[in-house]
Amino acid sequence: MSSVRIEPALTTGDLGPVSTSFLELRDLRVHFPTGDGLVKSVDGLSYRLERGKTLGIVGESGSGKSVTSLAIMGLHKNTSARLSGEIWLDGEELITASAEHVRTLRGKKMAMIFQDPLSAMHPFYTVGNQIVEAYRIHHKVTKKAARAHAIDMLARVGIPQPKSRVDDYPHQFSGGMRQRAMIAMALSCDPELLIADEPTTALDVTVQAQILDLIRDLQQEFNSAVIIITHDLGVVAELADDIMVMYAGRSAEYASAEQVFGQPEHPYTWGLLGSMPRLDRDRSERLLPIKGTPPSLINVPLGCPFSPRCNYSGLVGDHACTTDRPEFRDVGGGHRIACHLSAQQRQQVWEDEIRPNL
Amino acid sequence: MTTAQSRPRAAKASGATDLLTVSGLQKHFPVRRGLLQRGKDAVKAVDGLDFTVARGETLSLVGESGCGKTTTGRMLTRLIEPSAGRIDFDGQDITHLSNSRMRPLRRDIQMIFQDPYSSLNPRHTVGAIVGAPFRLQKVQTEHGVKRAVQDLLKLVGLNPEHYNRYPYEFSGGQRQRIGIARTLALRPKLIVADEPVSALDVSIQAQVINLLEDLQNELDLTYVMIAHDLSIVRHVSDRVAVMYLGKIVEIGEQAGIYTQPMHPYTVALMSAVPVPDPTKRGQRTRIRLTGDVPSPLNPPPACRFNTRCWKAKDICRTEEPPLAELAPGHRVACHFPENIASTPAAAAEPAPAPAEAK
Ligand SMILES: Nc1ncnc2c1ncn2[C@@H]1O[C@H](COP(=O)(O)OP(=O)(O)OP(=O)(O)O)[C@@H](O)[C@H]1O
Ligand SMILES: Nc1ncnc2c1ncn2[C@@H]1O[C@H](COP(=O)(O)OP(=O)(O)OP(=O)(O)O)[C@@H](O)[C@H]1O
Ligand code: SF4
Ligand code: SF4
Ligand SMILES: [Mg+2]
Ligand SMILES: [Mg+2]
Repeated sequence: MSSVRIEPALTTGDLGPVSTSFLELRDLRVHFPTGDGLVKSVDGLSYRLERGKTLGIVGESGSGKSVTSLAIMGLHKNTSARLSGEIWLDGEELITASAEHVRTLRGKKMAMIFQDPLSAMHPFYTVGNQIVEAYRIHHKVTKKAARAHAIDMLARVGIPQPKSRVDDYPHQFSGGMRQRAMIAMALSCDPELLIADEPTTALDVTVQAQILDLIRDLQQEFNSAVIIITHDLGVVAELADDIMVMYAGRSAEYASAEQVFGQPEHPYTWGLLGSMPRLDRDRSERLLPIKGTPPSLINVPLGCPFSPRCNYSGLVGDHACTTDRPEFRDVGGGHRIACHLSAQQRQQVWEDEIRPNL
Repeated sequence: MTTAQSRPRAAKASGATDLLTVSGLQKHFPVRRGLLQRGKDAVKAVDGLDFTVARGETLSLVGESGCGKTTTGRMLTRLIEPSAGRIDFDGQDITHLSNSRMRPLRRDIQMIFQDPYSSLNPRHTVGAIVGAPFRLQKVQTEHGVKRAVQDLLKLVGLNPEHYNRYPYEFSGGQRQRIGIARTLALRPKLIVADEPVSALDVSIQAQVINLLEDLQNELDLTYVMIAHDLSIVRHVSDRVAVMYLGKIVEIGEQAGIYTQPMHPYTVALMSAVPVPDPTKRGQRTRIRLTGDVPSPLNPPPACRFNTRCWKAKDICRTEEPPLAELAPGHRVACHFPENIASTPAAAAEPAPAPAEAK
């Protein structure tokens, strides 16, 4: 694939066949025109998710995880963002759907826990009123009943004295309490698809565990599909069935949680696993980050976007890593990676260099 | 921060080189509800802290969401006025210094904020934001401000091409790094870092932590870190203070806190750390805290943890346990501590009673 491409206009017409998955992204691209050039935040992303399943998305900061989620939620509509590809949710294509229609899906069909609690909450309304409003859009109940539901939700996310704190404004909450209030808002309508973008980063581990239980409960009770985006590899290990590792707006690796942690196949994933401090290991003197800096999304490196930072590009012949974009391919049993290394090379590097140091 | 040689242990023992001394520190936020202004009610966000931080040392504050960590940080940096108690910085009482007398000290005491979204002015470019401290404090730079700013951007793993962009164009982790670059611009003596890396992917986390570590060794920086990720806290800290509901319940050297947590709340916290290994799912023993989550509006009497503690007895509800030194340099506020040296058998396997497999 060439790295220089003509920007396709918003896709209308010629969609592929209707997806049979609950959620399916096909070759999603989200590009932002800026003064410095076109920022290719998401550049050809495809995945599927079924009801009752949890997909964990990890990866670089700035690799397009949130932008992808906002695309699913229809929140790039009426902005300068350019979208192409297909997003199928329960048989409906959302990129070509109208903004009004997608808005009616938010809350019940799909809901998102935003990474930034303040932007999702209005500073001038009490926390309780915001949950009440969100709930009443989809449920024809009295204000009083909705308020009781709001208090119940605040209690379930562990806000102390929810009866009195329901009338607080967001600024009166601590960082983690705001995050929990937002989780309460997102869960209040029992969404069929829940996208949780860094849902527990501001929370201590005991509250975090409680929130993860809550998400599991939601899933069991309503058979919801869950996407959990986090930098905490411990959290994805706890919750996710499958894991997708993103780099520079693309998918680098996709496999079951067991495979990603037990037999990762992509050099970027190796780097990620090697750079985290772990409580279940001895304390190291120094952490080992991946060398180099994250790529520019305006001038994405030719070939493999990870090539300027990859220790193993030399193993691949013909400098393919810097000229050919590696195809995202199945390397066995649904385990997919975008890397030119052969199975034998990956196996050898993993056994000799990576595994002994994890 | 971490390497053994760099630790100011010996100096600390003499007590002569404490950069920061905090005693009896309190912050009560008055609350008004509805039309009836009950002026006497107050959120006791921080309710009597005593600790010191040695020059060149890293002290981490951990604890439940809402226990008063950010409020403590904001008092140390004098962004808010303490209600009672005293803060000495570098031999000077700064508790109630006026704004004009505080100004020269602002350069020395900097804060990295928990919320990277609201702490950056959306109308300023990254260049202006990171360059502002140079201009405000009239710091000389060798090759001009722009070059200095671009160097800082590189230092924190951002691209110099980001100089002219605005905060909304950045991902959560990128914004956090902008905030860190701004903080580092002035080479302060004390940095209060509120969740400095929680928005970053693990590789950039490792980079930023190594960076903070290098700066500490080079410039003899002192850090007060606030973080929820206990594996990171272990890596960066010399000492750790565990807070619960406005008070320190346990404080000591990192190794002691992690290998022999004595306060039941600390034990519960440690048991809830998610393990990045999906094959261990469900095998872990996590202590679930049940019972009422207390509110800082009217904290439980005597030991504040008594509503949720599985070891609570009558005395816990009538007599406040003092923060007593139970091992060298390791102080704990509990009537019935875990893992004390006299019962080494218990030390190996903590977490009894209400633990359930999960
Ligand atoms: N409105 C915008 N205009 C220009 N660029 C943008 C805009 N929104 C996002 N970007 C860019 O798109 C890229 C992807 O951003 P996104 O927020 O999806 O990252 P992320 O993977 O969620 O990262 P993090 O883990 O740090 O939250 C980033 O490089 C960001 O700078
Ligand atoms: N301006 C304010 N007015 C009233 N209450 C406040 C105010 N700021 C903080 N509080 C309360 O003080 C308590 C401590 O808040 P703080 O932000 O210090 O917690 P924290 O330990 O930093 O928590 P987190 O880990 O969630 O960030 C909370 O109960 C919070 O609601
Ligand atoms: S394709 Fe080449 S550069 Fe990219 S990850 Fe694989 S070996 Fe490294
Ligand atoms: S003093 Fe009592 S209630 Fe408090 S932590 Fe110790 S045992 Fe538990
Ligand atoms: Mg994001
Ligand atoms: Mg806080």
